[in-house]
Amino acid sequence: MNDRIPTREEQDGDGEVRYRMLYESEDKVYIRHIRGFYTRIRKYTGLPLLALFFFIPWLNIEGRQAVHFDLPARQFHIFWTTFGPQDGFLLAWLLIIAAFALFAVTTWLGRVWCGFTCPQTVWTLMFIWAERICEGDRNKRMKLDAGPWNAEKILRKGGTHAIWIFISLATALAFVGYFYGIRDLVVDLAGFQAHPQGVFWVGFFTFATYMNAGFLREQVCKYMCPYARFQSVMYDRDTLTVHYDARRGETRGPRKKGIDYRAEGLGDCIDCYWCVQVCPVDIDIRDGLQYECINCGLCVDACNSVMDKMEYPRGLIRYTSEDELETGKTQLLRPRLFGYALVLLLMIGLFVQQVVTRSPIEAEVLRDRGARLFRESQGLIQNVYTVKINNMDQAPHEFTIRVEGKVGYDYTLRMPRDIYLKAGEIFAVPIRVSIAKEQLKDAKHDIYIVVQAVDKPELVDKHQTVFIGPKR
Amino acid sequence: MSTFWSIWVIVLTLANLALVTWILFANRRVAVSDQEDPENRTTGHVYDGIEEYDNPLPRWWFLLFIATLVFTGIYLAIYPGLGNFKGFSGWTSVGQLENEEAKAREKFDETFGLYVEMPIEEIADNREALKMGARIFANNCAVCHGADGGGNYGFPNLTDSDWLYGGSPEDILKTIHEGRKGTMPPQGPVIGEAGVRNAAEYVLALNGLEHDTAMATEGQKIFGSVCYVCHGPDGKGNQAMGAPNLTDNIWLYGGSREQIQHTIRSGRSNQMPAQKEKLREDKIKLVAAYVYSLSRQEEVEQ
Repeated sequence: MNDRIPTREEQDGDGEVRYRMLYESEDKVYIRHIRGFYTRIRKYTGLPLLALFFFIPWLNIEGRQAVHFDLPARQFHIFWTTFGPQDGFLLAWLLIIAAFALFAVTTWLGRVWCGFTCPQTVWTLMFIWAERICEGDRNKRMKLDAGPWNAEKILRKGGTHAIWIFISLATALAFVGYFYGIRDLVVDLAGFQAHPQGVFWVGFFTFATYMNAGFLREQVCKYMCPYARFQSVMYDRDTLTVHYDARRGETRGPRKKGIDYRAEGLGDCIDCYWCVQVCPVDIDIRDGLQYECINCGLCVDACNSVMDKMEYPRGLIRYTSEDELETGKTQLLRPRLFGYALVLLLMIGLFVQQVVTRSPIEAEVLRDRGARLFRESQGLIQNVYTVKINNMDQAPHEFTIRVEGKVGYDYTLRMPRDIYLKAGEIFAVPIRVSIAKEQLKDAKHDIYIVVQAVDKPELVDKHQTVFIGPKR
Repeated sequence: MSTFWSIWVIVLTLANLALVTWILFANRRVAVSDQEDPENRTTGHVYDGIEEYDNPLPRWWFLLFIATLVFTGIYLAIYPGLGNFKGFSGWTSVGQLENEEAKAREKFDETFGLYVEMPIEEIADNREALKMGARIFANNCAVCHGADGGGNYGFPNLTDSDWLYGGSPEDILKTIHEGRKGTMPPQGPVIGEAGVRNAAEYVLALNGLEHDTAMATEGQKIFGSVCYVCHGPDGKGNQAMGAPNLTDNIWLYGGSREQIQHTIRSGRSNQMPAQKEKLREDKIKLVAAYVYSLSRQEEVEQ
C-alpha cells in the first residue's frame, strides 16, 4: 500500500509531546498525459455525448424546446412526447433498467462505466486537460505548484481557473436550461431578470462542478460514490479488468534496451512508473486489483507505449481476468452474466412496449360520492359520474363521451356541451347516465365510459364502472 | 416563553454548540506513543486475521464539520431558534403564510379578475370561464347538489328549468350570494288530518298522478282557502317567496302520496347557506354562470 494518506506530526509548544493529526489532505494527483487506444475510445465516445448534452436544449420543435423538464407545470417534454407525473412508473422502469445495465456491464467489463462514461471522470479529465494546456504536463505542474508565486505562475494558474470556471458555467447553464428553458435562461440572465431560483441553481451547479472536477476529483469515487462501493460485489473471476501480468513482468527493474534481460533474471516490467503516473486514482496497478481502480485503461495505454519503445510485446498491463491470468482462458458465457443480460433485455422490451402503447389521453371515472347510490327522477334511474380527462397530447382537443353498456338498454347521457381541453390540461367532467326505470332489470351492472377526441379518433380511453339501480 | 425558559434554551443551545466544537477540535490529533510503528498504525481491530489501518480521515471531512457549525450560527442569527430571539430576518410562519396568501390573491385577481365586469350570459358562453366555474362548483356545491348539479333529496336540481327562486342570472347570483331560507309551514294543526289527506290528493291531481277524485275535490276547497296564498290559485308557485310549482311533477321532498302528506302535515324548512363569506365575489360570479349554463347542457340518447 503506497497510496495511503500521508500522516503528519506536529510538536507541542515546548516539544514535549508529539501529536499525530487525524485529518489530512490527500496529496494532489498529477496525471501524466498519455495517448493510446483506450484514451481514443474515451475521446471519441465522450465528445459526441458532451456535444449532445450541450446541444439538445437548443433544439426546438414546433416553437418550443424539444427536451424541456417543466417542473412548475409538471410536464416533461421529450421530443414528440410529453410525460406527466402519472408516468412516474416509466421513470422508475428506466432507472431499474439503468441499474441492471450497470450490473450486467460491470459483471462483464468491470468498472468501465466509471472509467469511460461517468460524468465525474469525464469532467475531471476535461479539467486536467485545461491544466495541461495552461501549465504543461505532469512534471511542469508539480514544479509550478512547488514554486513561488510569480507573474508566470499567476498567469498560468489564472488561465487554468478561467477555463475551469468557463466549463463549469457552461455545464450549469446547459443543465439548468433543461428545466428553465435555455433560451429564456440566457436572455434573462443577460438582462438581470432571471427568476432568483434559476440564478441560484446556475450558481450552485457552477460552484459544484468547479469544486468537484477541480478539487474533489478521485475522492468522490473513493469515499462518496455509492456505486463504487457495491460494484466490487459484481466482480467475479472472469470479469475483464485491468490487470498487471505479474508472471510476465516480474522481476521488475531498469535495463538497457535490447539486452537479453531474461538472462539477468528480469521480467518485462522496466519499473518506469508510467503506469502509476498516469493513474487518475493514484494507485499502482502492479500491486494487483484494488478497489479504487476505475478500469479507465490509462495505465494500459501507458504501459503499451513503453513496451513499444522497448520493442517488447504489448499487453503487460491489459484488460484481462483473474481466470485468464491463471488458466489462460476467460469464461465469457457464464450464468450470472447470462441472467443479467436476459433480465435486462426483458425489461427493455417491456419498457419499449409501454412507451409505444402509451395513450396520450387518460380518463378516470369516479362515481359521485353523494348520499345515495342512484337518483330517481321522472321515471328514470340516474347515476352520476365524474370523468377526469387528462389530455397528455401536445395539441388541444375537443372530446366526446359515450356510454357502452348492456345490449337492449337505452341509456341517456347528459354532459356539458363542449369538452375542450388544452394540451396538458386535466379537467373533471360530471356526467349523468339515465335508464328508464321499467327497462332496468339489474340491481347492478357494468358499463363502460368511452372518452374520445373528436378530431383525432385514435385518442380514446375506455373505463369500466358500475351502474347501480334499485334492488330487484 | 417566559424570560427564564428563553434564557434556559439559549444557554443550552449555545453550550451544546460550544461543546461540539470543542470535541471536534480536541480530537483532531492524538499523542504519539513511542511503541507504535509509524508506518503501519492499526486501530487494533482484528477480524479473521484482517487488521484495520488507522489512517487519517480526509481533511474535507473535517471542513464539512466546520461548515455545519458555521451554518448553525448563520441559521440561528437569521431565523428564530434561540429562545425569544426572533432572528434578524424577522421571519415568522404566519408572515410566510400571509405572503403565500397574497401571492395566491394576486394570481386569482389575474385569472378571475377578467370576469368581474362581464355579464353572466356572456361568461356562460366562455369556455375557459365555465371550466373555472365547474371546478369551483365541484369543490363547493357538488357536496349537496350532486356532481352533475342534479340535486338530491332536499337539495334542488339545478339542471332543469324549474326554479324555486328564479333562474335569471341576477336571481342565481342572489341565491348563491345571500343564501335562501325556504319554509313550508306545518298545516296539520290548521286543516286537520282529513284536510291533509284531501289536500294531498288534490296536489297529486294537479300533477296528473293517480288519485282519489272525491278526496281531490275536497282538497281543492282547502287549497283555495289556505294553500293558494303562497302557491298561487293555479298551484304554479311563487318565485318571490320560493314557493314551489306544484303542477310540474318535480319534487324536492318526493312525490309519493305519503311524502306529500308529510310535507303538508308537518311542514318543511330548508336553507341554502350564503356564500358571500366563503367565496370571493368573482368566484361567485363564475359559479353562478356555470349554474346558469347547467340547464342548457345536452342530453344524448344512446
